[in-house]
Amino acid sequence: METLQQELPAAEKKETRKVSGSVALLDALIAEGVDTIFGYPGGAIMPIYDALYDYSEQLTHILVRHEQGGIHAGQGYARSSGKVGVVFATSGPGATNLVTGLADAQIDSTPLVCITGQVFAHLLGTDAFQETDVINITTPVTKWNYQVTDATEIPEVLAKAFYIAKSGRPGPVLIDITKNAQLQQFDYEGYIPCSHIRSYRPKPIVRKEYIEQAAALINNAKKPFIIWGQGVLLGRAESEFKALVEKSGIPAAWTIMGAGAIPTDHPQNVGMLGMHGNYGPNVMTNECDVLIAIGMRFDDRVTGRLDKYAKQAQVVHLDIDPAEIDKNVKTTVPVWGDCKETLPLLTRLLEPKQHTGWLARFREFDEQEQEIVINQELHPQSGELTMGEVIYQLNELTKGEAIIVTDVGQHQMVACRYAKFNNTRSNITSGGLGTMGFALPAAIGAKFGARDKTVVAIIGDGGFQMTLQELGTIMQSGIDVKIMILNNRFLGMVRQWQQLFHEKRYSFVNITSPDFVQVAKGYYIDGKSISDRADLAGALQEMLSHKGSFLLEVMVAKENNVFPMVPQGCSVSEIRLK
Amino acid sequence: MTAQDQPFKQEFNITVYTENQIGLLNRIAIIFTRRKINIDSLNTSPSEIESIHRFNIVITETEDVVRKLSRQIEKQVEVLKVYYNTNDEVIWQELALYKVPTDVIAEKASVERLLRENGARAVVIRKDYTVFETTGHREETDALIKVLQPYGLIEFVRSARVAIIKHSDGFNRKIREFERIDPGQEVIENEFLNSREKVFTM
Repeated sequence: METLQQELPAAEKKETRKVSGSVALLDALIAEGVDTIFGYPGGAIMPIYDALYDYSEQLTHILVRHEQGGIHAGQGYARSSGKVGVVFATSGPGATNLVTGLADAQIDSTPLVCITGQVFAHLLGTDAFQETDVINITTPVTKWNYQVTDATEIPEVLAKAFYIAKSGRPGPVLIDITKNAQLQQFDYEGYIPCSHIRSYRPKPIVRKEYIEQAAALINNAKKPFIIWGQGVLLGRAESEFKALVEKSGIPAAWTIMGAGAIPTDHPQNVGMLGMHGNYGPNVMTNECDVLIAIGMRFDDRVTGRLDKYAKQAQVVHLDIDPAEIDKNVKTTVPVWGDCKETLPLLTRLLEPKQHTGWLARFREFDEQEQEIVINQELHPQSGELTMGEVIYQLNELTKGEAIIVTDVGQHQMVACRYAKFNNTRSNITSGGLGTMGFALPAAIGAKFGARDKTVVAIIGDGGFQMTLQELGTIMQSGIDVKIMILNNRFLGMVRQWQQLFHEKRYSFVNITSPDFVQVAKGYYIDGKSISDRADLAGALQEMLSHKGSFLLEVMVAKENNVFPMVPQGCSVSEIRLK
Repeated sequence: MTAQDQPFKQEFNITVYTENQIGLLNRIAIIFTRRKINIDSLNTSPSEIESIHRFNIVITETEDVVRKLSRQIEKQVEVLKVYYNTNDEVIWQELALYKVPTDVIAEKASVERLLRENGARAVVIRKDYTVFETTGHREETDALIKVLQPYGLIEFVRSARVAIIKHSDGFNRKIREFERIDPGQEVIENEFLNSREKVFTM
């Protein structure tokens, strides 16, 4: 036996050291380039927090005020930085508080790795204190989840978690680690990142014939129309996308998740799609002859009534997720693949063109929208402040360089419509799930992910009250976030629907608010409330130039509606201007 | 809507090759329950390859829905491949067990005739009861229920469906492709996109 051991080649003897599961976990995070964790400790995750105590130089831990705030911060971080957001929570209520954020990240394809503590393995299934079946609760809202009960699994599982979260169509991953596994000492061989999982195909092979068919369709089109979504951002394909748009000369419109892939002012950017999008893009969807959808998923808020959506058009759909092809809209040519790869291949085959006449038609619709909707919204001469003019004034100061984080509702639609985006990853919003309470914590995360940017959270009076406890996180971390509450003293979007479709029966949309400035003051955050037009520009300037966080409450008109609007059940071409 | 406009629903056999992972059954099942689709039959078993599991799922739906479901299933990290087939594209069997009182059977019916006519066999014969077994399609196993009902059928149970795809050449060759970091087109290809040629000749 002795001789046999001596004959073993030295290379096969791996260097190991005894570490706990918790240390192996933190080592994995550092190896994956994680610098910031948003979390909240508790009983079942204490060994990890104990280990974290010694890692404070490498890993910044942001103590949030609620796990939902933690996961939204993780989302904001991921969205602004393009990295994987990391969130810690304890078992039971800690883990269940993550569920809204997981659902949000799942539907908006945000890469997250969430670590939850779990009771000791021998207590699983006994209704132990703070035990919840987190794996089963989170299965529908995660791209992948896994329960670790033995420390030796941790390095490999973490490697898989990061690989799955960020590759292909990104998404949230949850790893539930029992307390015994966090404590268990084992022979650690070091961290090996994952680059292949047998059953998982994140990047489809691009098929040449589809690229050729798509190019032929586009080259022969008289009225081609590009609609793009977040896939362009997630694929880091902004420059490839811009090249395609500019060479082809095709007008391009965006979903709210895709905003910023090319600047708002780009001459071929014809605006926003969807229920409260711009007039031209919605109407022209039903007039174009070839519809080129890039990294978007034909959400019902974008398509309106499906059986009347772009029926006249041949549809080219570029997407990394095969399950999206033909899911809602029948595709003529599916270009399945990573748009970072498919876009340049397609651009190469396109003839350089300028669709001047066709583009001009979008501008005609713009002019109508400008006259009937936008002018009153952005430049009202009298009456109460409008949400639109607040955003307009903000643009004047930020020049489109700020990261805009929005909550959900009227202010979100107004902000997405009117905010200027010069840069990618500068519109952060809860698109698919529509999570009120998203903006404040997401803005905190966004700032941690992009320290050199101004981050402005635009929030309604309703949404702000859902997660305002995260002011405590701002206070303690000292992060610089500009908070702008557009207060119309209503749950405005629901009120708008009640006005338009429920005979003005304003059922429980009348919401009262505390003195937000005083609330902020309680957290040692400076603030101001204004309601006069004359004070607007000055107050915005004060907010932006203030050193540190600042809360600005703007009292806006109570019963303004967001237009244009595609009423539910209507076709995009039936969009209403008033 | 006329009858012709009604989308045509029929039985589909969905075959899923997966890793053997705790929780995957739930992950697959919720793809159906989320859309309020009833699973008629579900069987999990080993496959021709060690460590790879095979699900046989039967649902009654339109092909369009089945295709979408199949893509959602194949999207799951631990799922290797999904196929869906109509009943004539598979060889399938279900197994059924019937428990009847032995005295009634012995007195009132010719056991031998029952067995012969229904392709059944007796698994257990005890003084108090007898258990018959039959395998076949639904109609065949159903037929024996009717036959035995008058003789005091005590218990009946039928298994999930197991199905073999007629044109499939198995998964052995494919799995080697999956194991490669850079697999060939066939494996990585979405099978459902292959039959799209018709679409382009429109």
